[in-house]
Amino acid sequence: MDTNTNVIEVTDLRRVYGGGFEAVRGISFSVARGEVFALLGTNGAGKTSTVELLEGLAPPAGGRVRVLGHDPYAERAAVRPRTGVMLQEGGFPSELTVAETARMWAGCVSGARPPAEALELVGLVRRSDVRVKQLSGGERRRLDLALALLGRPEVLFLDEPTTGLDAEGRRDTWELVRALRDSGTTVLLTTHYLEEAEGLADRLAILHEGRIAVTGTPAEVTAGQPSRISFELPEGYFLGGLPPLGELGVLSHEVDGRVVRLRTRELQRVATEVLVWASRAGVELRGLDVRSASLEEAFLGIAAQEVGA
Amino acid sequence: MSAMADRMAAGRVKALARAELTLFGRSKGMIVTAVFVPLVLPVSVRTVAEDMDLKGTGLNVGTVVLPGAIGFSLLFAVYSALVGVYVGRREELVLKRLRTGELRDGEILAGTALPAVTTGLVQSLVLAVACTVLLDVPAPKAPHLAVLGLLLGLAVCALLAAVTASVTRTVESAQVTALPLVMVAMVGSGMTVPLELLPDRMASVCELLPLTPVITLIRGGWTGELSVYETIGPVLTALAWTAAGVFAVGRWFRWEPRR
Repeated sequence: MDTNTNVIEVTDLRRVYGGGFEAVRGISFSVARGEVFALLGTNGAGKTSTVELLEGLAPPAGGRVRVLGHDPYAERAAVRPRTGVMLQEGGFPSELTVAETARMWAGCVSGARPPAEALELVGLVRRSDVRVKQLSGGERRRLDLALALLGRPEVLFLDEPTTGLDAEGRRDTWELVRALRDSGTTVLLTTHYLEEAEGLADRLAILHEGRIAVTGTPAEVTAGQPSRISFELPEGYFLGGLPPLGELGVLSHEVDGRVVRLRTRELQRVATEVLVWASRAGVELRGLDVRSASLEEAFLGIAAQEVGA
Repeated sequence: MSAMADRMAAGRVKALARAELTLFGRSKGMIVTAVFVPLVLPVSVRTVAEDMDLKGTGLNVGTVVLPGAIGFSLLFAVYSALVGVYVGRREELVLKRLRTGELRDGEILAGTALPAVTTGLVQSLVLAVACTVLLDVPAPKAPHLAVLGLLLGLAVCALLAAVTASVTRTVESAQVTALPLVMVAMVGSGMTVPLELLPDRMASVCELLPLTPVITLIRGGWTGELSVYETIGPVLTALAWTAAGVFAVGRWFRWEPRR
């Protein structure tokens, strides 16, 4: 296998549900071997609809998907032994124990790890004899992850892997995903946690209403966004009392009561000018907040389009 | 290569069937409907059969009760039970999860069905032995027909259970959606009243019902009174239902809950 080829290739992909609702409206992206790629988006953005097409659970209404060079729906037998899947909601019989579930799944996977080893990876070994119905939501997510890892997959699809996990469980999962990536596994995950995408993904795409709004490395995506400065205007001062904003490199500003918010691509220069001005005027800027562009900005900016549209 | 693929497929079905068997053992409701109902109902049929005028039909109480009892087993232990199992696994998203793996669709349906089908098979053997001992039924004169009938019955019941599950939304409503076939089969497939006792025109319609050929073949297996020509009709009818079932499942089976 050529290591340079893309493990996942998606071209102009579409998905339409029975009622005519178009959940995925022509998206394209590719994921290279050993990369962690995150699909980010609000609920209903089309993340799960997209991942299910990559997993081969349904045929696309239009466009093309290739996983490891094959059509995951039509050439299921060629793809499935090499992929691991974690659905958004685990589907396990509630009356089976953790160990029985893992053993059943191991029997359905070629070249499976020993079930106990998979449970060990996600820290569920001591819950082996517990019925699935008695597991917490987070434990169920971890069981699902263990099953996805049973076949030592080359490509791993994780649909909201940390939803329902506590902070510690989330960190454990992140470490596991990083370790898998380091050993060469390609990971495609969906999430609505920005820090998860920012911390884990080599590249990401933000989905909005079935389309890709932005894609790139986390740094590239945030670089397109302006930085932000906000502070309270001191008593007796008005916006007009500040140095001319346009000349400072402020892209836009808003005043909310006494709070001023400035957006700029030249954070250092604007911050310096504002602080120098305050120092000369001998005033204290309460609530001063200077922050670089973040994924959150990008995400909220895109989600807000919904309201504006 | 293909032998290896077959072995792997068999391994997957076995792993799934083993889990299903565990679940079967943990569901008291399933055990009661699947094991006791088919073994108890025939007793009531026996009292009815003893009042029937069987002269000139070539039948006796034993050859009326035994095929009927096997029919009950197929209807309750296999068909009704499986409708609930398929719907339950679908609503718990188990079927969807299984479909993300290497199992093929047919393997998922087969593995899930195996415990119920096995129950039906074992019950039929128990019933055959019990009737032979308790009702003085002689040994079957054409056992191959009885075996053929039973195997076709198991296939038709499992397939129709999957079809019925496709139109069933919840496990609770499975008891309702399974009812039409159960009622029709009990009345019209020769399980309680042999077709020989029905008016000719009604009998020829009833011959086309899904379980009628099964009962006819099993009964013929014991009486030995089916000619080769008389065997072809029921076998073709049963095969037609099997083919229709395969087609319907492939086309309409629902693998995940409605959104």
